[in-house]
Amino acid sequence: MCLAIPMKVVEIDGPVAQVEEGGVRREARVDLIDGVKVGDYVIVHAGVAIDRLDPEEARETLKLFEEMLKAAE
Amino acid sequence: MSEFRDTDLVRGLAEQLKHMAAPPATLMEVCGTHTVAIARYGLREALPEGVRLISGPGCPVCVTPQDQIDLFIALGGMEGVTLATFGDMVRVPGTTQSLEQARAEGADVLMVYSPMDAVEAAAKDHEKQVVFFGIGFETTAPAVALAILEAQRRGLGNFSVLCAHKLIPPAMMALLESEVRVDGFICPGHVSVIIGSEAYEPVAARGKPCVVTGFEPADVLGAVGMLLRQLAEGRSEVEVEYSRAVRPEGNRKAQELLGRVFRVADARWRGLGTLPGSGYELAEEFAEFDAARRFEVEPPKSVEPRGCRCGEVLTGLIDPPECPLFGKACTPRKPVGSCMVSSEGACQAWYRYRRSE
Amino acid sequence: MSEERILLAHGDGGELMAELIEQVFVARLGTGDPPGDDAARIEGDGRLVFTTDGFVVDPIFFPGGDIGKLAVCGTVNDLAAAGARPVALGASFILEEGLVISELERVVDSMARTAAEAGVRVVCGDTKVVPRGTADGIYVTTSGVGTVPVGVAVSGAGARPGDVVLVSGTVGDHGLAVLSVREGLEFESPIVSDCAPLAGMVAALLEAAPGVHVLRDPTRGGLATALNEIARQSGVGIEVVESAVPVREAVGTACELLGLDPLYVANEGKMIVVVPEGEAESALAALKAHPLGAESAVIGRVMESARSRVTLRTALGTHRILDRQVGEQLPRIC
Repeated sequence: MCLAIPMKVVEIDGPVAQVEEGGVRREARVDLIDGVKVGDYVIVHAGVAIDRLDPEEARETLKLFEEMLKAAE
Repeated sequence: MSEFRDTDLVRGLAEQLKHMAAPPATLMEVCGTHTVAIARYGLREALPEGVRLISGPGCPVCVTPQDQIDLFIALGGMEGVTLATFGDMVRVPGTTQSLEQARAEGADVLMVYSPMDAVEAAAKDHEKQVVFFGIGFETTAPAVALAILEAQRRGLGNFSVLCAHKLIPPAMMALLESEVRVDGFICPGHVSVIIGSEAYEPVAARGKPCVVTGFEPADVLGAVGMLLRQLAEGRSEVEVEYSRAVRPEGNRKAQELLGRVFRVADARWRGLGTLPGSGYELAEEFAEFDAARRFEVEPPKSVEPRGCRCGEVLTGLIDPPECPLFGKACTPRKPVGSCMVSSEGACQAWYRYRRSE
Repeated sequence: MSEERILLAHGDGGELMAELIEQVFVARLGTGDPPGDDAARIEGDGRLVFTTDGFVVDPIFFPGGDIGKLAVCGTVNDLAAAGARPVALGASFILEEGLVISELERVVDSMARTAAEAGVRVVCGDTKVVPRGTADGIYVTTSGVGTVPVGVAVSGAGARPGDVVLVSGTVGDHGLAVLSVREGLEFESPIVSDCAPLAGMVAALLEAAPGVHVLRDPTRGGLATALNEIARQSGVGIEVVESAVPVREAVGTACELLGLDPLYVANEGKMIVVVPEGEAESALAALKAHPLGAESAVIGRVMESARSRVTLRTALGTHRILDRQVGEQLPRIC
């Protein structure tokens, strides 16, 4: 049970933020994450941001996959 | 994060996986969203010879026992009550009827995307008693906890929660004691965002590799590769594929919130029976928001549907097609059990996303 | 109008009702021929087609349209899907006591505008009023008559193995637009219903590709359900390539957020076109040349099949079965 998508924080007003992804804007609670900033990517589930998503780490994972594929060739 | 869905990457990983030299193994996922992703993208096609992927008790609707569903529906029969629930629950059959049918007979059923919407509904109309069905695992419980705090902050005496949240790691440990043979676990990515990857150490310590996995096709394919590699190398560790979102310690703030609003209790699971320390109850401080304590209602005697083998499907003992009702007496159009009704149930996933001959 | 809101008396056949009909309906839609008769005389050449639909959309006003526009488009498009040119529409209104009349006027204005756009008129109608609480403001039932030009023979049973399957644009827009109002979703560039009358686009299509076998407007149940209907009626299989189906980015994202599948979300301004391979290129070109078909695409093929199945080729290259929709698609959280 984990339907959640990464969305970007575009506005913060106390515990509530406006988040955006793929042309969709929605409200989400962000008070479960310390020091959330505009521009952060967060994972939104049931109207709540459950944590940040690290784009750098995402790139690392993709790089790892690419390397695995190259090694197989 | 569409890169994790990139066709070339996904096909490449699938090809590589298919030709991997791996010992025969049975891997289990314990998350309804993984069940759907695997079925929808046809990822079983990419498995090497001898490797099986089975579904465990990861569908929150499916594991909710019949009597809790019956209680929730019975509450809807009371004067002035509005039942608020995630869409997933609306068609699940109770013993005598589903929420959908109860609504047709006059029950006030509000479908919400977020528990906060239920709080708003209570705030908007003080005449209504809004009862929210708190199903879901550790991913969802924090949102419900925030909703309860919000209701408390606003002094809403007409909001309550029927708490049916369950915890994944105790279920995994229970499976290790059961007859089902599992060699490794695809661990739920978003539950792990909350509880942290360290939570699976006890499982790995029992010799079962665990990989915390994301939900895109590349995530699942990559994670299966990592599991098979562990098995081939005789390791049993907790690894994190979904590193972009999961930390070893998880989300501490969310955990504190959960510890404040809920207390861990024994819980009954469809298919697994009562597991100690496997669910949440509302903490004493929030007892006033507990629907089970606020309302006195006599639900019908709960009876499991005849011939339904959801319990065995949920514990990975059988694959859906092995249930004699599957695809015949039990289809999405005329479902018998919750595994077929729920959009994350293994039976519905197998049926909807079945391969063409 | 002397009143602000609909009263039960507006439906009782007396003076108040006559005033309502004159000032709200006739003022905007005109009258039939002869004016004042309950039945209108109509004329047309060729084979007649006849259709009827009920409209109960909630909310009445949504991004990109309203129940009035929908009522005209839905019926015009059913006629167009039969290859017909619309000749006349009739509309019956069930109004809830308490409905604000200025809202009703907005709806009827919208109907008049859309009908004019579609080149058709509403020539007969009826009004009933029901007590508060028994209709969501307004329900509309529209019926339509059309004529099929000589040489055109489209039918749901006409699909043949080897045919190419096209869709005239993005899917899921209407359902999402309506849902977005209910769920409080906002979009950067707002998702707007695709509600539009397609008779003109279809006429242009049939001129360029007269051999079209099937036309179908995928409404409730979405693209997947409509394709299943065609497969069943024609006794064929249809294979759809998932990545070829046009979906707006925001619609795709909103569907993911809500746990919906765009292939099952309602449309109100799209046409599925099944055309013999030889005419596929001209069909596609004709659609794309029309403003309502600018995003048309080839999405699949018709095949032999013993089981009248619709299958989907996924990004991984695997095939899975695409069933008709079962029950409502419910936004899910899990």
